[in-house]
Amino acid sequence: MATDDYYRFDTLAVHAGAAPDPSHGSRATPIHLTSAFVFKDSDAAAGLFNMEQSGHVYSRLSNPTVAVFEERMAALDAGVGAIATSSGQAALHLAIATLAGAGSHIVASTALYGGSHNLLHYTLARFGIETTFVPPGDMAAWQAAIKTNTKMLFGETLGNPGLDVLDIPQVSALAHRHGLPLLVDSTFTTPWLIRPIEWGADLVYHSATKFLCGHGTVLGGVVVDGGRFDWMASDRFPELTQPYEGFHGMVFAEESTVAPFLLRARREALRDFGACLSPMNAFQILQGIETLSLRMQRHVSNALEVAHFLESHDHVTKVAYPGLESHPDHQLAKRLMPRGCGAVFAVELAGNRAQGRAFVEALQVFSHLANVGDARSLVIHPASTTHFRMDEQALKAAGIGEATLRLSIGLEDPVDLIDDLKRAFRVAFPKRP
Amino acid sequence: MEVSLHHHRVYVYTGGKAFRPDLPSVLMIHGAQNDHSVWIMQSRWLAHHGYNVLAVDLPAHGRSEGPICETIEAMAAWCGELLDALGVSAAAWLGHSMGSLIALEAAACKPTRSWANILLGSAFPMRVSDVLLSAAQHDEQKAFDMITRWSHSGISHHPGSPGPGFSIYNQGRRLMERQSPGVLFNDFKACNTYAQGLARAQSISQPTLLLSGALDLMTPPKAAQSLAKAISGSQCEVIDRAGHQLMVEQPDAVRGAIAGFLAKAWASQPKVLGDGTSC
Repeated sequence: MATDDYYRFDTLAVHAGAAPDPSHGSRATPIHLTSAFVFKDSDAAAGLFNMEQSGHVYSRLSNPTVAVFEERMAALDAGVGAIATSSGQAALHLAIATLAGAGSHIVASTALYGGSHNLLHYTLARFGIETTFVPPGDMAAWQAAIKTNTKMLFGETLGNPGLDVLDIPQVSALAHRHGLPLLVDSTFTTPWLIRPIEWGADLVYHSATKFLCGHGTVLGGVVVDGGRFDWMASDRFPELTQPYEGFHGMVFAEESTVAPFLLRARREALRDFGACLSPMNAFQILQGIETLSLRMQRHVSNALEVAHFLESHDHVTKVAYPGLESHPDHQLAKRLMPRGCGAVFAVELAGNRAQGRAFVEALQVFSHLANVGDARSLVIHPASTTHFRMDEQALKAAGIGEATLRLSIGLEDPVDLIDDLKRAFRVAFPKRP
Repeated sequence: MEVSLHHHRVYVYTGGKAFRPDLPSVLMIHGAQNDHSVWIMQSRWLAHHGYNVLAVDLPAHGRSEGPICETIEAMAAWCGELLDALGVSAAAWLGHSMGSLIALEAAACKPTRSWANILLGSAFPMRVSDVLLSAAQHDEQKAFDMITRWSHSGISHHPGSPGPGFSIYNQGRRLMERQSPGVLFNDFKACNTYAQGLARAQSISQPTLLLSGALDLMTPPKAAQSLAKAISGSQCEVIDRAGHQLMVEQPDAVRGAIAGFLAKAWASQPKVLGDGTSC
């Protein structure tokens, strides 16, 4: 794929959006811990409020430290801009709330993070936004689900729990034929492994809490706009093509040809719902992004080594990792994400719920917790935690076995990780005398 | 707003205010492969500070329909016809890059249509390098990459435009991608073959400002000097830390220079403008 970059990825990861502080010469990005910003004069204040001038007013709307993170992500993900949010869930909500309202409809992949599924299936339905879920690889189902009130198609680069690879070129082409944008969650992959916008996605979001931050320290999210979707050519988005009384009657698509989505998202969803990112968190995430490519290379190589070990183990029935040839989307993954398929995957042990639980409790290097994308390796046993209320049949319907584990492979020495897993196998599957 | 000219739809951005021909009009003309949105941080301010803003999409650019104008002279004539169609007798002509040549041509050919001129990122001759011209003709994506690289002064821009969180590089790139195939080559060819710049400059009588980006690689400040010398009484201003896309890289400085110049130029205008003759 052609790239838009003037500078290459690693240079952008360190520099994009940031310049030495003009006041004091600070080379690192300063943390602007301030709620609000002083106006130069009344005319400048009016100009800022009316989008006649660029600048900061109040940290819920924008903040200089947060803006560096936003501009860096836009550069890394080939977008025209970005909006940071307080979490990945807030990013998803911001993207949806900007385009959809009561009476709207979304078509989403069934292979979603549980929190995203909850938001779409239960919470947004309560506010009048309905979702039809379709298997990510079933193009006929995507097509059949589109209605006149559909506002977007939505999927994950690597879908939970089986790590289905979203065929972004195909799904985006379908979306565009219907005048719809494709929204993609790229949390598991980061821009280092895939830039969905270059494959046809229109909006991309990340839980920056995960690999972007990379150290399991702070929460954050970000939505990136690719700037290619022609909102004016579609008749589905009066939110962007008609006057918005909530902001001086502004017609966002007239103000900016390529970024009306971002204009409205900041001036409505971020302003009114208020899920902004703390500048302290933005700083921490920026620290993580500076080493993103180095870390992702190690995450991926470790994950592949661990996945190979598990796949060959007698007490494992399945490893759902597209980096393995056994995964049904292996070829698609090689095409869309040649640098690797991330470091989060599910493994199904040949055991019952108790054995799954025993396995997790025997691990010493892996941390048992509900997160992914940390420098540390992480593990969770859905049947005894996130899905503990489900019986065997309900688990099966959700694509989860009683002894299914989700692993997030960290940056430790892979030999130690494999030794840790071997120890857990010995405990969970003791040899009979 | 949308108007019809020669049975084709023309889009004119009015800065978020209603069309008001009773106010001093400002015609803003974008450069090659661009549209009205390059002026976003100047046009909206002007419209909310007493001007009748007309930031136009040239034919076959942005939301305006074709046919494309093949020469600077044709583009200038089209802009004049647009003002006539709108019932605007005179405007300040602001042009960026290719748009600056259009403004120059129009202001010289029909002086009564202009009460001031601001030429941004201008040069004469405005030659396009062979490598870029060839890319524009045969490989537009490559040409977009070159233009994006050469049009900006650095890796970070503060404040962002049109606000915090935007990538100025990628916005410029995407905007170019929006135009129809062939437009870029046409625009560059028009700049390349425009030969009358100096002669036109010598006949300019209106107050004229030349604004350049200090770090402009496409039309460096020195490339505007021949025009500055030829235009009687012209002023030059160089915007610090800005490349060719100075309106988005230094929006406040550019807006300040434009606003200050227009205020003085309008104040010095005779209040009744007569009819002129076309050259």
